[in-house]
Amino acid sequence: MAVNAKNLNETEFFYGHKACAGCGGSLAVRIALKVLGENAVAVLPAGCMSAVGFNFPQLCFGNNAIISTFAGTASMLTGVEAGLRAQGITDFHAVGFAGDGGTADIGLQALSGAIDRNDDILYICYDNEAYMNTGIQKSSLTPFGARTTTTPAGKNIRGNLRPKKNLFEIVAAHGIPYAATASVGYLNDFMRKVEKAKSIKGTKYIHILAPCPTGWGVKTDETVDIAKEVVDCGLWYLAEYENGAFTLNHQPKEFSSVESYLRKQSRFKHLTAEDIEIITQSRDAKWEFIHKNFN
Amino acid sequence: MAKAFLSGNEAFAYGVRLARPQVISAYPITPQTIVVEKLSEFVEDGSLNAEFIHVESEHSALSCAIGASSVGARAFTATSSQGLLYMAECLPYAAGGRFPIVMMNANRSTALPWNIYGDQRDSLSQLDSGWIQAFAENAQEALDLALMSFYIAEHKNVSTPFMANLDGFVLTHTYEVVDVPTSEQANAFLPKYETENKLDLQHPRNLAFSAGPDTNTIFKYKEHIGILNSKSVIKEAEDRFETIFGRRYSGLTESYRTEDADYIIITLGSIAGLVREVVDALRQEGRRVGLLRLRYLRPFPNEEIANAVKNAKAVAVLEKDISFGNEGTVYTNVNSALQKAGINIPNSNYIGGLGGKNISAEEIRTIFDELKSQKSAVKFLGIGGVANGG
Repeated sequence: MAVNAKNLNETEFFYGHKACAGCGGSLAVRIALKVLGENAVAVLPAGCMSAVGFNFPQLCFGNNAIISTFAGTASMLTGVEAGLRAQGITDFHAVGFAGDGGTADIGLQALSGAIDRNDDILYICYDNEAYMNTGIQKSSLTPFGARTTTTPAGKNIRGNLRPKKNLFEIVAAHGIPYAATASVGYLNDFMRKVEKAKSIKGTKYIHILAPCPTGWGVKTDETVDIAKEVVDCGLWYLAEYENGAFTLNHQPKEFSSVESYLRKQSRFKHLTAEDIEIITQSRDAKWEFIHKNFN
Repeated sequence: MAKAFLSGNEAFAYGVRLARPQVISAYPITPQTIVVEKLSEFVEDGSLNAEFIHVESEHSALSCAIGASSVGARAFTATSSQGLLYMAECLPYAAGGRFPIVMMNANRSTALPWNIYGDQRDSLSQLDSGWIQAFAENAQEALDLALMSFYIAEHKNVSTPFMANLDGFVLTHTYEVVDVPTSEQANAFLPKYETENKLDLQHPRNLAFSAGPDTNTIFKYKEHIGILNSKSVIKEAEDRFETIFGRRYSGLTESYRTEDADYIIITLGSIAGLVREVVDALRQEGRRVGLLRLRYLRPFPNEEIANAVKNAKAVAVLEKDISFGNEGTVYTNVNSALQKAGINIPNSNYIGGLGGKNISAEEIRTIFDELKSQKSAVKFLGIGGVANGG
């Protein structure tokens, strides 16, 4: 039976931490560990999740967990996996949880290396679209137009000028055994993907959009709603890459309003109608690509 | 034991094979490459049962080794120069986590200017990273150090990573006849790595955590105690080594004809061989000179240095290193040892061998000559200029 909210493991593996109220990243980590179970061996780089969960003597992981260097999530996972296997231990899941900066910027080289070697690891990127732990600075996964503390929205420059890096397809281009996108707004879909990744040998990558109320400027009880809406308006999508092919998992019947999604967040409040049109057009171009290339 | 004709790199790789590491992370850099090539051959021919990981950078090489060590596996990697600097973030990380990784470093110059040849500026720049640092003189010592390094690093009172340094090219690429111990001997010497400092499926742990202002000093103090403890464990390892292999090493330093010496050169690495020859030649001429070779820079041999030079009239530190704007780092450390012991004699610093520049026997003679007359000074061998007093 597929894992769902009813049969999900009731044991908590990540609790007592000091994440901000409404943290999408901690929700992704908590749910993934429930699916993976007590034999998950987690590697988390310097970043939000390690900052909130590993403060001696208050250590918040019920399973084995270790902080890696910022750039070293994937390489440390490789060592953990190889080290256990070399000792004849096989009943474990080596899983990494890194943010967008730790994955798409500073950790990309190590991630690419691990995929290239096809190390038997699961890498989960919780994407909150900026360096939130250091106070909301732009990463390469910050979307176009977003205001961060290093892409201020002023008269001359209106926030981040560059589009979000397409990391899912960059990862897929390695010929990885399994990659998927997800959102904390669609947790059943995420749980199913973690469950699936658990059974696949080789490198697995799941990219889950995980809103940060502090950085996005939404209320702390709106995390799940906004994570749902980003999928519903078509600015994020739920898909998988397996056996060399892309599959779209969820096709909204009709897109909800991009403008309405953007206007709910203070990081986008400066956007002009023209900016919103650019974002809408890029969404449409992306979906044209998806319809052409995804099953 | 069997005799073999091996380069320093090969000898070290043979020593690593005898130590049976479970995970090897490998990234090539001149002049270290032969170590990882050789180990890959051992894995291929089945003589070494290890996970051989082709990492994509030195940062990942050490990060991967830390991951392997964090689950209780014996881990090895090797690097040099720019590679050591590229992984520098991971050095204090491994030491702070008390992960007893062994790493060979082929001592090489650091850019700029680019230069692939040997000097010791790479590893000496990392003396504060919390690693034990040893410097081999020849291929036999390289092999023996490879085996002993795991024993010392993994000892429960030490639990500290170990960097074994071999002078680039001069040692890494020079062939010598080497005694290669049998695996039975090696197994008798080196026990299986056992630790509680690991992620354990039966007893889950959180490792490599944060420690704030209230507790940080305690962790750092314990780290310091661990590396200080290695002094007695190095002796224990060498005693054990002599019993099994019949070869004797002399701890943190090696004294050569220092007992009655008026003038002593203190140095490290492969250049010690030439200094020893010059000492012998000068002794033939009736001059009372000696050599003190530093085998370990961390832990630092404060007492050993003081004991070796306490009756000397002057000493010189010859090193392939310069801490720009000051003096050679080894010299700074040696001066601290002398000062603490209340030894107030002229002591000079000779900077030589940078970027692989040859140091000649004649230059070493000159150092001994100058020691007779001069006051303390810092000099670059073979160069005039203001830093050398005009």
